[in-house]
Amino acid sequence: MSANILEIENLGVTFSTESGDVPAVRGVSLHVRPGETLALVGESGSGKSTVALAAMGLLPGNARASGRASVDGTDVIGAAEAELTGLRGRTVSMVFQEPATALDPLTRIGAQIAEVVRNHRPVSARDAASSAVELLDRVGIPDPERRASAYPFQLSGGQRQRVVIAMAIANAPGLLIADEPTTALDVTVQAEILDLLRALAADSGTGVLLVTHNMGVVADFADRVAVMLEGEVVETGPVEEVLLRPSHEYTKRLLGAVPRLAVAGAGGGAEPRLAAAAGGTVPQPADAKSRRGVPETTAVAGAPAEAPVVELHDVSVRFGRGPRAVRALQDVSLTLRAGETLGLVGESGSGKSTAARVALGLVQPASGSVSLFGTGLGRARGRKRRALLAGVGVVLQDPVASLDARMSVAECVAEPLRVHRRGMPAAERRARVAEVLERVRLPRELANRGPRELSGGQRQRVSLARALVLDPRLLVADEPTSALDVSVQQTVLDVIAELQAELGFACLFVSHDLAVVQQFAQRVVVMRAGRVEEEGATAATLTHPETDYTRRLIAAVPVPDPVLQRLRRTERQAALAAAGTEGRA
Amino acid sequence: MSAVLQTQAPTLELATGYRLSVRRFARNRLAVAGLVVVVLFLLFCFVGPLLYSTDQTHTHLTQVNLAPSGAHWLGTDAVGHDELGRLMFGGKTSLLVGLAAGLLATVIGTLWGAVAGYAGGWVDAVMMRVVDAGIAIPALFILLVVSAITTPDSLGLILILGLVSWLVPSRLVRAETLTLKSRDYVLTLRAIGGTHGRAIFRHILPNSVSTIVVAATFQVADAILLVAYVSYLGLGVQPPSTDWGGMLSAGLTAAYSGRWWLIVPPGLAIILVVCAFNAVGDGLRDAFDVRGRG
Repeated sequence: MSANILEIENLGVTFSTESGDVPAVRGVSLHVRPGETLALVGESGSGKSTVALAAMGLLPGNARASGRASVDGTDVIGAAEAELTGLRGRTVSMVFQEPATALDPLTRIGAQIAEVVRNHRPVSARDAASSAVELLDRVGIPDPERRASAYPFQLSGGQRQRVVIAMAIANAPGLLIADEPTTALDVTVQAEILDLLRALAADSGTGVLLVTHNMGVVADFADRVAVMLEGEVVETGPVEEVLLRPSHEYTKRLLGAVPRLAVAGAGGGAEPRLAAAAGGTVPQPADAKSRRGVPETTAVAGAPAEAPVVELHDVSVRFGRGPRAVRALQDVSLTLRAGETLGLVGESGSGKSTAARVALGLVQPASGSVSLFGTGLGRARGRKRRALLAGVGVVLQDPVASLDARMSVAECVAEPLRVHRRGMPAAERRARVAEVLERVRLPRELANRGPRELSGGQRQRVSLARALVLDPRLLVADEPTSALDVSVQQTVLDVIAELQAELGFACLFVSHDLAVVQQFAQRVVVMRAGRVEEEGATAATLTHPETDYTRRLIAAVPVPDPVLQRLRRTERQAALAAAGTEGRA
Repeated sequence: MSAVLQTQAPTLELATGYRLSVRRFARNRLAVAGLVVVVLFLLFCFVGPLLYSTDQTHTHLTQVNLAPSGAHWLGTDAVGHDELGRLMFGGKTSLLVGLAAGLLATVIGTLWGAVAGYAGGWVDAVMMRVVDAGIAIPALFILLVVSAITTPDSLGLILILGLVSWLVPSRLVRAETLTLKSRDYVLTLRAIGGTHGRAIFRHILPNSVSTIVVAATFQVADAILLVAYVSYLGLGVQPPSTDWGGMLSAGLTAAYSGRWWLIVPPGLAIILVVCAFNAVGDGLRDAFDVRGRG
């Protein structure tokens, strides 16, 4: 059992596409020992998922692989399909990112698990069914006998991922490949799934190849880390070594860009410990950035009489009609003052995006009132409404969908001018667009390019330029950086913060990432299931939360420091045990 | 500033959308052949008469029913028109009416579908029930009834054809609009107070152009076929004007007396052009990567 369960030597993968050959992986060598977790980290396009697929022999048809990859002594590159089929699901199995698409929607989950069992073991249908129930129990699905006959759509995202994991461990594989297993899940669910995977790996001595971009997950779960950059492994080592004392320049920059959640441990007196931990390891602690917001607050304090920029009063939103209507928001009230940044946080389905859309007038509230700049948005019509909306800038999440691919960058940015300043001469408009592009630090030459030719971070900056071209008093940013790699995220956040300091607009910042909100917002509103759970100054609320929910939310965020994270994990699990809570997704 | 990490700067010279589309189209041999056939027929019908000039207005009773020869490459018909010249002359009508009617149907369908999809709610429901009702009645039936009542000229045919065949494109465009209207750039525009017209004409329609172009190609093919139906039944353009359908109809009696040159050329022309337009549509669909034909 001491032999490596996975051994990859000098792996190269090239994709042949319509526009030529694209090398995705070059000269990658790594190994996983039984019972060990190796995290493969890197930003998008680094080739980490391709390595995982190659190890499963699941590369798509247009890929050519070279080098050697062997699972439990069997070579998978160039192996016959029949041989691979015997290997997959038995010796090596995989957990994918999106549990919703990894399961067959029309087959009961018990049957799906039983199928995996029977694929590799000559057992009767009844035995397979009973081992499916056992597996469901093992992955922490409550009431497994009854749940086995449920369809995937009847389960929550976290439960579905548990089912996927049950299928993956059905035949006690020696190697488990998990490709971003928690990326589609909320943080509290993520923490539970990671706990589960860790326990399973420890119990059965399974080796795990964990593919992720999240340094917090790495710190929480991995024993060793391999950092990938542009298809090559640039640094490998034990997790403490790589995350706390990175040697490669890229790893250092990557870790420096990860926003860190500053937390007060439940044990108290955590602040100095954290500062020491963070300060000792990272060249530039995240705290330096969170201070940037402070001068703005003082500037705002000078004009207390001014009407709030956004005010939602007892807003309720329902989607659908009748008894099956979803209550997206219930009696939500929030206020955003001039020049202030308000962070709106919560898990998926908490209503944070809906609240932002209500403020923008995109969603009509069923009851309650919305006012922008002191004027009721619900009653404003025609020209008055347009005048009101001229003071608003918007940046949404998806860098691809945010810009019309049929327009040039300049046209995208100029759109608000065309809407609100119809008489503006073309030359003046061009000048204004150039000026704003410069503001968001994009080279002027990009103006005539199409959005397709831009990277994700550049596109979000174009969106930002478009939002700012009319000098708005309010910027609504709905997860503006969630789709970006951490290094790019930092640049975009820096640009927003700088421009806010300069131009003084108020910002409604919606995010699921507590660390980002902590560094960015002065006040924070925590939402849960359509209601406001808690609100207050960011510094106070996120370090000393008043409600249990916020406390659990914060405890579930993994920090990219393995030592600190281990401490937080034990504290979180102790708190869960103490609360005697269900604790299961 | 924290150092800007441009690690994944796109180093690859990726083919741009436009060139990629052309390449995909070119890979579909049938589509390229179709395009060639369409272009050749357009040249034949519109430039051909300049090189091969014939009299298509007067009858020449001395030269009726001649077999193909050096003077009349495809012979002459029952009233002495040169058949090759008539093929060009009739093709002008067929192609012109087909193209115009197909485009008219696409324009109406596009606007109808875009407005229905964008407005949503009861407006959408009412507009699409109109489409459903229209699809439930066979277009050919309406076409024949109206043609029988009005005996239309070319313009009339274009209008009638356009008005009965916009239903399918409207459904396609509505479906496209439903996805496009919730795109972030449309939401952003609405959030800053942009008008609905701007959302439809500047964002939704330009982004559905691939669907629209593909639909238009199939519409043109269908319209050419419909014109042929109507004229074959004698309800289309009236003599001395003609089109390929009318020529087929006129030549039908002659077919039994072995005068194949009156029936094979127009029949072939219809088949070739309709197949060619369909092939081009298929190629465009590949090139744009659009799904389904509706």
